[in-house]
Amino acid sequence: MQKADHERDMHMNPVSGPQNEYFDLREDAEGTLTVFFRGRLDMPNAGACLRHLTSEVKPRTPRRLAVDLGRVTRMDDYGAMVIMRLMHRLGLTHDRLELKNTSEDHRRTLSMIDFGQPEFDIGPRKSWNFIVQLGDSTIAALRGAAFFTEFIGAIVYSALRVAKRPGSFRINDAIGHMKTTGVDALPVVGLISLLLGLIIAFMSSLQLSQFGANLYVASLVGLAMVSELGPIMTAIIVSGRSGSAYAAEISTMKITEEIDALSVMGFDPNLFLVMPRMIAAMVVVPLLTVFSSIFAIAGGLIIGVTVLDLSPTAYISQTIDSLTLFELTWGLSKSVIFAIIIALTGCLRGFQARGGASAVGNAATSAVVTSIFLIILFDSIFAVIRSFW
Amino acid sequence: MNAKEVVRVENLGVAYEHEVVLRDISFSVRENEIFIIVGGSGSGKTSLMRHMVGLEAPASGKVYIRETDIADAPEESFYRSLKQIGVLFQGSALLGSMTVAENVSLPIFEYANLPASAVASIVQIKLSMVGLECYADHLPSEISGGMKKRAGLARALALNPDILFLDEPSAGLDPVIAAEIDNLILHINQSLGTTIIIVTHDLDSIFALGQRAIMLDKSSKGIIAHGKPADLRDHDPNPVVRRFFSRKPPEA
Repeated sequence: MQKADHERDMHMNPVSGPQNEYFDLREDAEGTLTVFFRGRLDMPNAGACLRHLTSEVKPRTPRRLAVDLGRVTRMDDYGAMVIMRLMHRLGLTHDRLELKNTSEDHRRTLSMIDFGQPEFDIGPRKSWNFIVQLGDSTIAALRGAAFFTEFIGAIVYSALRVAKRPGSFRINDAIGHMKTTGVDALPVVGLISLLLGLIIAFMSSLQLSQFGANLYVASLVGLAMVSELGPIMTAIIVSGRSGSAYAAEISTMKITEEIDALSVMGFDPNLFLVMPRMIAAMVVVPLLTVFSSIFAIAGGLIIGVTVLDLSPTAYISQTIDSLTLFELTWGLSKSVIFAIIIALTGCLRGFQARGGASAVGNAATSAVVTSIFLIILFDSIFAVIRSFW
Repeated sequence: MNAKEVVRVENLGVAYEHEVVLRDISFSVRENEIFIIVGGSGSGKTSLMRHMVGLEAPASGKVYIRETDIADAPEESFYRSLKQIGVLFQGSALLGSMTVAENVSLPIFEYANLPASAVASIVQIKLSMVGLECYADHLPSEISGGMKKRAGLARALALNPDILFLDEPSAGLDPVIAAEIDNLILHINQSLGTTIIIVTHDLDSIFALGQRAIMLDKSSKGIIAHGKPADLRDHDPNPVVRRFFSRKPPEA
């Protein structure tokens, strides 16, 4: 019956318009555009069909759209999408759309489609409005500050709990972190410091040798490393190796609800996760700083002996003479502060993470950037304090 | 391969490290049917599915998707086979940095050769099929587990694959949504002629959808039953199978 209707339609109103394998067009005097689709109106054909259709309907402004599916052998939702796009292209609403000669199969597919939905766009989520962006950033910064304050408070509280009840401290976890943060970092800290010592010694000798003051290369390397470069280089290396690892580990735990699981089991996540890392860092970063200074002095010694013709004894005794207990203590105190900065920013960024896999990467990156910035900032503050000492 | 078989598993053995998970598994899935793989926890259902979609190489045996030996195919025919299949993973596996709509549009942009406005329309259609049209611009981390599952299903359906693999499609969904998803699966099967392979232990879905089922067993590491779900429940000689399909605990 439907087929007969279709044949009659086609006979009474001769088809005009394009000749292609996907459809024919006819526009009548009342302003109804009828599209006679044929063959397969499905995923493989949708793209080509839509391209033909778009170029054909461009000059037309019909008042109604009729779609004849009588000669469509297979139709899926991509076919329905073609009809939907056509409707939107012509600026028509779904009440001006008529579907003709639909088979049982077509109707089954069409029942899944709502032609009345507004046009959809996969656009950017964020508003590009400057005021909105400024507002969003301000809110995010304030939230970050609130979170930071709360976090520091919670850490101080956990530290007091540990001081009151040392048994609650997870010593085995701390020892594990000491190994990964300290022992495992020794080769890289040693190598970088040795090279740094070589460079400082070599570069300074270029100037000092002009005055016959080669021996002072030893003082320069010793002082620079012990009070300044040793703590800062070690802190930067540990921040890159372990601060990022702390952030990645804790943010993964946050995303996979492991931290929530700890909380509902009655564990304090700060006591469980932050304190062992912080104590471990506070122990091993000063030790690594000592190693760093020793390796750098060894680097300087190599240049002193091989390039500057100094004797090892003279070089070492000059180094010892130039260093004071104050310098050593100053360097080590700074490294303890840097250790706290590294552990706290690593853990803070981990706890702040929200979302999926990308949040872990962002947490690690942000932990390293923040801690290096804070390390340099605090080092400057120490320098200012020392100038007034 | 029989003309009507779209997936055939031949003497498949699955092993990890030194542990054998499945041994000598053989069955085939026919065109346009809804085929169910059931079994208790740890019986190797998901492992079997991962082998069927070519994510893991079999320790022994073969898996054919139509005529292609999926583990041993040349790169070109392997990728051609992948375009015929859609997979919904147990944990949805949505990309966390993309919105729900972007997740669904990803394969369409890559393979369908459509302009952006048409891709947006098809994404809209797919999302409304699974009832997520209002969550298009949400990130996966901002929607519930059940919604993630539905978004994963929309992505698996993105290219109207010939064969659809669904790992626990109704797990984590409320009964109403689960029934809607079952209806959708049935609808896709009937209107698009998609062959659907479902790994599940949701009995409602099994009886509502399953035309044939196999049951895997942890202790024998193989298939212990094969047939229509209702027949397995009522007439299977193995009491373990009858109990599983009628949800009864073992008798004391």
